[in-house]
Amino acid sequence: MHEVSLIENVIAMVQQEQAKHTFARVNLIKLKVGALGHAEPDALRFCFDAVATGTIAEGSRLEIEIIPGEGWCADCRCAVPLDERFGACPVCAGGRVRMTGGDDLRLAEMEVE
Amino acid sequence: MCTVCGCGTASLMNAPANEVQADGTAGRAHAHPHDHDHDHDHGHSHDHGHFVDHHHEHALAAIDFGKGLAGVNVPGVSQERTISIERDILSKNNAFADANRRRIHQAGVFAMNLLSSPGSGKTSLLVRTITDLKDRWPMAVIEGDQQTSNDAERIRRTGAQAAQINTGKGCHLDAHMVGHALEQVALEPGGLLFIENVGNLVCPAAFDLGEACKVVVLSVTEGEDKPLKYPDMFAAADLMLLNKSDLLPYLDFDVDACLAAALRVNPRLQILTVSARTGEGLPAFYAWIEARAAAVMGPIARLA
Repeated sequence: MHEVSLIENVIAMVQQEQAKHTFARVNLIKLKVGALGHAEPDALRFCFDAVATGTIAEGSRLEIEIIPGEGWCADCRCAVPLDERFGACPVCAGGRVRMTGGDDLRLAEMEVE
Repeated sequence: MCTVCGCGTASLMNAPANEVQADGTAGRAHAHPHDHDHDHDHGHSHDHGHFVDHHHEHALAAIDFGKGLAGVNVPGVSQERTISIERDILSKNNAFADANRRRIHQAGVFAMNLLSSPGSGKTSLLVRTITDLKDRWPMAVIEGDQQTSNDAERIRRTGAQAAQINTGKGCHLDAHMVGHALEQVALEPGGLLFIENVGNLVCPAAFDLGEACKVVVLSVTEGEDKPLKYPDMFAAADLMLLNKSDLLPYLDFDVDACLAAALRVNPRLQILTVSARTGEGLPAFYAWIEARAAAVMGPIARLA
């Protein structure tokens, strides 16, 4: 359940932002999470409220944008969508695909007041 | 929820559309009890105390400052705004990992992060490796477990120095913990550092500790499809050790299917079949260490 640690990092980053920009509360936190990454969106949502309690982020909404997986097929010589980290090329069915996107794990933005 | 004080009993946003406009230009009078503290950072004084369950009114107002996104205005509290951040959530861990990596590299040490599920034989493999190699390289071990110092004590009985990290509730080591453990072990130039992660095939894959290489250990008493079930770990690894090969005659484990699964997840993965118990395959592991350490550190000084 490393999602708890990840959310703790998110809250720490929100607190860092609070030192730079004055705000009294956080309404929305937007994450970008890769479909092929190692963090499970449902688990992130599950632990968010518990981790946020007692912090500046308490009561805020968590929004997760899933970044689709993308790869580069060495045979087709083009970018292709990927459903699995080790998936075959959806165009030629070949296995020479290198993952190029969908491993994201970012705090994108937040709405504060 | 009330968008002024955050209490849960009244709502501007959820009021019927004919009573409140989306931009807040007409406000519905409402009363609600609240019993929490709130700060007043504007300049006038209040002569009312905030007792439990007192009421206050938000009256209909002709002059409305609440035209922002939040639909309300509270003195001293600005309107809603968006802050763009776009930072990696693991950036804090990665900064600690970079510091560890610099420190280990400057000490002239080659560090490996050992990863596996519980019971694959990581500690037995380390005990055997240290016993076999202690005359060739100075070695230190950082042990990660939820509880107990049992593994560090096993390592110390070989004569190598070991630091134990207990993660408590944590399911993985992070770079900050390893930074503190580095204060407890003397890094000797030309030496090796093994970081034995918490037994877990999921979470530790995400956390860079500052190591030069990741080594994943899988034992033949586990399923041969584990690389497909837990792809993150195998995708992140540089070397896979298929351990407990001495048990193969007694099991139905399909080695070829396991290797194919691992290579499907990570075509660049190097794989060695070993037994910590009999020593089978370990010379190839030691040769891999020597070659990788030389590539990362330059030629390692061997002890006489």
